[in-house]
Amino acid sequence: MDKIYAHPKSLRDVSTHYCPGCGHGLAHRLITEVVDELGIREKVIGVAPVGCAVVAYEYWDFDCSEAAHGRALAVATGIKRVRPENIVFTYQGDGDLAAIGTNETIHAANRGENLSVFFINNAVYGMTGGQMAPTTLLNQKTSTTPDGRCAQLQGFPLKISEMLALLPGVKYIERVSLHSPQEIIKTKKAMKKALINQMEGIGFSLVEILSPCPTYWGLSPKPALDWIKNTMVKEFPLGVIK
Amino acid sequence: MDSEKRQKESRVKLLITGNEAIAESAIQAGCRFYAGYPITPQNELTAYMAHHMQDRGGVFIQAEAETAAINMVYGASAAGARAMTSSSSPGISLKQEGISYLAGAELPSVIVNIMRGGPGLGNIAPAQSDYFQATRSGGHGDYHCLVLAPSTVQECYDLTALAFELSDKYRVPAIILGDGMLGQMMEPIVVTKFRAPSLKQSNKPWALTGCKDRKANVVKSFYLKEGDLEKFNLKLQSKYQKIQREEERWEELFLNDVKIVLVAYGSMARIAKGAVKALREKGKKVGLIRPISLWPFPKKAFAKIRKQYLVIEMSYGQMLEDVQLAVNGQAGIEFLGRSGGGVPSEAEIIAKVNKIYHG
Ligand SMILES: Cc1ncc(C[n+]2csc(CCOP(=O)(O)OP(=O)(O)O)c2C)c(N)n1
Repeated sequence: MDKIYAHPKSLRDVSTHYCPGCGHGLAHRLITEVVDELGIREKVIGVAPVGCAVVAYEYWDFDCSEAAHGRALAVATGIKRVRPENIVFTYQGDGDLAAIGTNETIHAANRGENLSVFFINNAVYGMTGGQMAPTTLLNQKTSTTPDGRCAQLQGFPLKISEMLALLPGVKYIERVSLHSPQEIIKTKKAMKKALINQMEGIGFSLVEILSPCPTYWGLSPKPALDWIKNTMVKEFPLGVIK
Repeated sequence: MDSEKRQKESRVKLLITGNEAIAESAIQAGCRFYAGYPITPQNELTAYMAHHMQDRGGVFIQAEAETAAINMVYGASAAGARAMTSSSSPGISLKQEGISYLAGAELPSVIVNIMRGGPGLGNIAPAQSDYFQATRSGGHGDYHCLVLAPSTVQECYDLTALAFELSDKYRVPAIILGDGMLGQMMEPIVVTKFRAPSLKQSNKPWALTGCKDRKANVVKSFYLKEGDLEKFNLKLQSKYQKIQREEERWEELFLNDVKIVLVAYGSMARIAKGAVKALREKGKKVGLIRPISLWPFPKKAFAKIRKQYLVIEMSYGQMLEDVQLAVNGQAGIEFLGRSGGGVPSEAEIIAKVNKIYHG
């Protein structure tokens, strides 16, 4: 009989530190499934961010580097340029990729680095206690927007994926979500495409993943998924952006 | 490298600037990755890398900022390559977070600082006012970089290759600390053929290469479990103690029969040497200690001589503190320093020595 579901080889058999209902664990697992399916575990090098996913390398069983907050794409550039035969990806939160690391993000994309980027948009800073992220929605309450994000004072949710899509060096961008089984399947497909693009030398690929943070949204896990479906996707529409 | 050995190797003479000598040495030492961002007075170094790295099997990237450059070096080094970045004072300030991470992840790397006047944007005149930043963990945390200070273009060439070697050996970042005068100065140098390890042969079992036939490698500096970070720090400290014991380097001049010992490094030491020679001709018993390694500071050089010291710097007294620590109250120390574009001249040094001599 064919085995259709098993523990991925690239995923260590340990429990994670993530809060109940958090999307990081799921996103980690999808990456390991894709790595296994593509048979690239022995070639892959992951770059973990500073953020809730800082210890992703304790869950992924392949070579990994940590990067300073926001610098994952600079670190990945260094690795990939030295070892073009390896498959290098970054895994970054919205604060990491679209606030402190915006410069690194835009310029790695603009150079058309042959890298794959998994971008977890949870609309808050998780690790530091639920502050406003560049992607926080208008009126969304966080610990640093106690009255809700106000456009006049804090600006608008940053659509970095749409911005990056303008760059000729960028080959593929898709926004996906973890809020339902159908969307999870699409997420996995997009991840696979981003890695295959790199394997085929096509170039810079980024998958933005809308991901629940029940703890800092003040919601329990199921309503957090509903919030993505009913509210977040209005600001961050799903689908292929480029 | 000593001159005898240099003669045995193939001798090629080049007339180049200090900046270019550092770049050429790096390439010959097997540097396979360079990232930089333009800043005067080190632009010739970046330009040299742009011209030569690609053709000689390396990677050159003009980064979007110094922060990116140092983190690219982090990635390249994590992947096992010899890697370098260069900048001048304001840019080196921006790199400090990255240097702390390099130290924390024990990644070999060479960082060149061709110092200019500060603070702030300062100016582009030569200075030595980043000594504290280089020798006292300029970023956060208890760490050290190995710091080497060339004083001639030949030494720019020799010490850069040495920096790569020591950085690999101890897995610490190494800094080449020069100044605008040295970076821009042209001198003839003898070029040696270094035999650099290739990326494939390099003995770095910790490097990220893909986990084929081995357990997964992780490059990191994060230790969350109670006690782990302290343990790691103690490991770093014992490494630093070993470096302190084994890697002190300095040059000395006329210390056998001496009344006043000048202490200067880098470009400043060249001017001090001129003053020493002129004073000796006048029968004055003056000598020189020129620290070559600034960290570890060559304390041993000072243990032998309990005489009057005169520390001379293109700063308002930074290396002075290391001399005070080395001398530990056992001898008198005078200071002569200028910065912000001012350079103590040979005449100023001679006047100061005469004053101490007769005072
Ligand atoms: C230079 C620096 N500034 C700030 C921090 C503190 N910090 C750690 S994670 C983080 C934000 C994380 O948010 P995000 O990237 O959205 O990831 P998440 O935790 O939500 O997954 C911040 C500000 C740091 N580690 N380094």
